[in-house]
Amino acid sequence: MQKKSTYDRRGFLLGSTAIVGATAAGTLLPTGAALAQQGKLKVGLMLPYTGTFAQLGVAITNGFKLAVEERGGKLGGREIEYFTVDDESNPAKAPENVNKLVQRDKVDVVIGTVHSGVVMGMAKVLKESGTLWINPNGGAGAMTGAACAPNFFRTSFSNWQTTHALGKVLKAKGHKNAVFITWKYAAGEEMMEGFKEGFEKEGGKLTKELYVPFPQVEFQALLTEIASIKPDAVVAFFAGGGAAKFLKDYQAAGLKGKIPLYGSGFLTDGVLEAVGDAGEGVETTLHYADGLDTKKDKAFRLAYAKTFKLQPDVYAVQGYDAGQLLAAGLDGVKGNVGNKVGVIKAMEAAKIDSPRGAWTLSKAHNPVQDMYLRKVVGKENKVQGVAWKALADPARGCKA
Amino acid sequence: MDFAFFLIQLLNGLQYGLLLFLVASGLTLVFGIMGIINLAHGSFYMVGAYLAWSLSSMTGSLTAAILLAVPLTVILGMGLERLLFRHLYQRDHLYQVLLTYGLILVFEELRSIIWGDDVHGVAVPALLNASIPLTENLSYPVYRLAISGVCLLLAAALYFLIQKTRLGMMIRAGASNRDMVQSLGIDIKLIYTLVFALGVALAAFAGMINAPLSSVTPNMGSQVLIICFVVVVIGGIGSVKGAMAASLMIGLAETFGQVLVPEVAGMIVYVLMAIVLVWRPEGLFGRT
Repeated sequence: MQKKSTYDRRGFLLGSTAIVGATAAGTLLPTGAALAQQGKLKVGLMLPYTGTFAQLGVAITNGFKLAVEERGGKLGGREIEYFTVDDESNPAKAPENVNKLVQRDKVDVVIGTVHSGVVMGMAKVLKESGTLWINPNGGAGAMTGAACAPNFFRTSFSNWQTTHALGKVLKAKGHKNAVFITWKYAAGEEMMEGFKEGFEKEGGKLTKELYVPFPQVEFQALLTEIASIKPDAVVAFFAGGGAAKFLKDYQAAGLKGKIPLYGSGFLTDGVLEAVGDAGEGVETTLHYADGLDTKKDKAFRLAYAKTFKLQPDVYAVQGYDAGQLLAAGLDGVKGNVGNKVGVIKAMEAAKIDSPRGAWTLSKAHNPVQDMYLRKVVGKENKVQGVAWKALADPARGCKA
Repeated sequence: MDFAFFLIQLLNGLQYGLLLFLVASGLTLVFGIMGIINLAHGSFYMVGAYLAWSLSSMTGSLTAAILLAVPLTVILGMGLERLLFRHLYQRDHLYQVLLTYGLILVFEELRSIIWGDDVHGVAVPALLNASIPLTENLSYPVYRLAISGVCLLLAAALYFLIQKTRLGMMIRAGASNRDMVQSLGIDIKLIYTLVFALGVALAAFAGMINAPLSSVTPNMGSQVLIICFVVVVIGGIGSVKGAMAASLMIGLAETFGQVLVPEVAGMIVYVLMAIVLVWRPEGLFGRT
């Protein structure tokens, strides 16, 4: 075991030299001294690093760190110290985990997380503590809706946003009625609402809402039901393994090519390797796509691939933008994170130059962003155009 | 719903039920007959699916992968029984729960280290990769029908093994009075090792032949675990016949539940279980 170092004479001398040095530098560069007094900026990363969403947590972390690296490892002139908590995508542990960062580590800002249930657990604690919070994924509507707060920010999407633009898309294709199929849980129901509202505004009719208990993946009965209803189009939201299985079952049931399939972008993200040609031609809406071909996106993809030896995805973009948003906030107050009102103001005013295209924040602190229409071509979600320019979440119930 | 679609849904329900029986059969054997609470049953299912995926991408054939993987899982089962489970037969069920819960964590971690956390798909064998058109826009995948056939065969074989053979008689006797069987000069330890290995292999086999239908994903094991226990509990502990009846009941209830009362479809299976337990606490075919 290591003994605690005692304060010997040499250490004392070294220490005082350092102080003298710092003071000397301080007289020459007053701002430098002011920053040195603030020390490092404490950033708490609360993300899933194990379990089903582990890869998403890693992509978000990588994206965030890339944004910091591009600014010379500093935000608002301050170096960063990271504190990491694995949230295991476990909503039951959310308050305990976020308290580790807020109370034990006393972080200046919390970044997290993927799972919407954990997001809502974090919201309770962070509303009370008032700690600055940037959510780089979880799309629970309430975070920037009924539960919104001045210190809550999101750089990803609300569930509602990911399907709302599909109404317009279906109308443009001449579909008059549709069936929505998803898991019976909060995110699925929010996406269904988002679509229904958009489609009915266009005069479309949602014939039936079909639900599969979460996280079951036995779709045969509902696929038979779809065949018997014969709608003009089917709209779906599933993710990960469930999405892969749904795409394959849809094809095996002979529905593919007979009733066109649409969905929230997560239906075809990260699963195309697993489904063979079952995804081919499926059209989805999301705030990111393959083949955007903008200067910013190309530069981001190149830098990400070089640094992490991985291809970036939508989650990496969201993490990267969390870094960019925080940078904008800290630049606005020259690194003085104690001026929380100033940081929030600067973040609210920021225009984020994102790989997905530039976006700003809504009053409830959710991105106002372009939703792309994408089509599965080979193993890519190829961009087809913008389905909805600058789509904002309605932020229902947000009074802050 | 017109009559044709009613018939198709009936087929869906029966087919899903048979699939459930296949997945739960290993648990019926290990939990129902040996009396071991094996929470790691789902992990063996997952191991089977991942083996099918990795071996079939190596050999290019699902059949070859299954032929290679089944002996591997038998060896895995025998090894686990010898090293771990053997020491817990005489102990309280709580020890088995602790051990098998630990195994879930170990298998998930090993899976993550060996195979990673990605979602994978396994191709349906070319011979069975077809669909039979049923209506103008709905067809039925041949592979699903083939699986139903395999499930029926397996159910028959299992029933025959346990009810009609000498080995089955020894297994049943061992389950009800272990010491007596041993004093009659039967090597009960060997029988238990074999039965446990068979249970592991059945779970893994279910994972393998189900892999083309349900993608290969992390956590796939924990998803099937609960429904497997429901099957065994409704059917009655120790009864293969009961497990089959319960599987079919659940398959039909889920299928028609999702179509007719989608709002509460998630609950139907558990309501069914509650009703059965009130009516017959020992399960449909359980011994009192």
